[in-house]
Amino acid sequence: MRRFRPVRSIPAATRRPMVAAALGLVAGTVAAQPAAPAIDTGDTAWMLVSAALVLLMTPGLALFYGGLVRGKNVLGTMMQSLAAMALVGVLWVVCGYTIAFGSDLGHVVGAFDYLLLRGVGGDPLDGQSIPHLLFVAFQGMFAIITPALIGGAVAERMKFKAFLLFMLLWVLLVYAPLAHWVWGSGGWLLELGALDFAGGTVVHISSGFSALIACLMLGRRRGFPGEPILPHNLPLVILGAGLLWFGWFGFNAGSALAANGTAALALVTTHVSAAAGALAWLLYDWIKHGRPTALGTVSGAVAGLVGITPAAGFVSPAAAIALGAVTSLGCVTFVTWRTRRGIDDSLDAFGIHGVGGTIGALLTGVFASHNAAGLLTGDARQFGIQIVGVVATYVYVGIVTFILLKVLQGAVGLRVTVEEEMIGLDQTQHGEAGYSM
Amino acid sequence: MKMIRAIIQPHRLEAVRDALTQRGIMGMTVFEARGYGRQRGHTEVYRGAEYQVAFRPKIVADLVVPDNQVDDATDAIVSAAKSGSVGDGKIFIFEVGDAIRIRTGDRDENAL
Repeated sequence: MRRFRPVRSIPAATRRPMVAAALGLVAGTVAAQPAAPAIDTGDTAWMLVSAALVLLMTPGLALFYGGLVRGKNVLGTMMQSLAAMALVGVLWVVCGYTIAFGSDLGHVVGAFDYLLLRGVGGDPLDGQSIPHLLFVAFQGMFAIITPALIGGAVAERMKFKAFLLFMLLWVLLVYAPLAHWVWGSGGWLLELGALDFAGGTVVHISSGFSALIACLMLGRRRGFPGEPILPHNLPLVILGAGLLWFGWFGFNAGSALAANGTAALALVTTHVSAAAGALAWLLYDWIKHGRPTALGTVSGAVAGLVGITPAAGFVSPAAAIALGAVTSLGCVTFVTWRTRRGIDDSLDAFGIHGVGGTIGALLTGVFASHNAAGLLTGDARQFGIQIVGVVATYVYVGIVTFILLKVLQGAVGLRVTVEEEMIGLDQTQHGEAGYSM
Repeated sequence: MKMIRAIIQPHRLEAVRDALTQRGIMGMTVFEARGYGRQRGHTEVYRGAEYQVAFRPKIVADLVVPDNQVDDATDAIVSAAKSGSVGDGKIFIFEVGDAIRIRTGDRDENAL
């Protein structure tokens, strides 16, 4: 729901088209307003920084995931994130952006008018106060980290070639259309009034549920469950989580698309939710297992960050404490259950992003109180809309991801051989070693 | 001339080194190792799941001494490495055929 938020920062002259857009009118119908939208240098400066912050999350994710696997797979795991930066970095400019944010076609997808960013320049879009190109860049960073998140579920056993092709097709066929539904002018979930401040559905539910499907189709790692397959470097995980927390300020507060009160609110709620999530998991481990673990603490922080993502600009800091703690406890409950059931979502891509994104998207409809209203503030309908958004995301993502993986399974195969898996991905997929004597 | 191989708890290494030095026994090579004996494994918790970890971290310390220092050295190691609980470790003693100091070419006990 990015279109709601800039309202407060938009100059009075352009406020009317903004409100019209917020009411769900197609941008084209208001384009004839006389006052041209103006660049705000403060907003632009903040968004330049935000775009860079969001990019930093992907190497952060590489460290987070890389430390969680065994040493023989550290590069293979980090390469999934690096490859997302390389591949989607190009893809977004070529056609990803236009599929997500081009002129609306039937409320489900963007047209090819911005192919290779044709016509995209320094002038702002209607209702925005930053250069259009900057909006492209900011959105592109989201498109990079989202497929990279899926890597956590298929770690230590997926062929690199298959993962690369999967990301290519997934960004075009799943991520970009979904971004159009929720954030694109004319998208059907936007018009319905679904609230998703920074990507609870588009980023976290979509990557999380795809991850669950992928790990079920790929099968478990050799030795799971039974043999303990343990993280090889928790300090890397903690460094990665720190970079994620830091970059998330750009992700969420930047989603205000302006340097204003909503951005400040989003920054505070994001921070508080991460802290509450970390505290909740820390206490859970302490009470349940007798020790407050470092991995539990950072996992809880990431769960809190995921949970607040759809809600960041819509809820109060007090609500963010509850939201972060509830999301964190929901995630640890699921993660414990899935391990007992022998589901090898290896690094808990679904357990944290899917579960956390779902809890966050639903709780947004409960706690919303800024620029929107939810269950607790007298709008039961909003909660219903949130459910529609969540269910629609699950159904679409589930079907397309399943078909994509089936096609790739037939075309190139998804999984490395048993021998390659035992030797490790670093050597067999990349011809390198993460550590040498 | 004997090789003494002591498998000890990692946190006892400094105490063992001090005890050996006090008795005038110099020189030691250590390895970080993992293993188990009667102690068996221990439990670690990762994201709410408890794992039995069979191999525990240990230090292997190798030293070679003249025959007349063997008892002194093993006494020192035992006194410094012993806590009384399972997992304190073991000492193995081997016969050593010869030794050469690379710098000078000294042989046998002169090389120690």
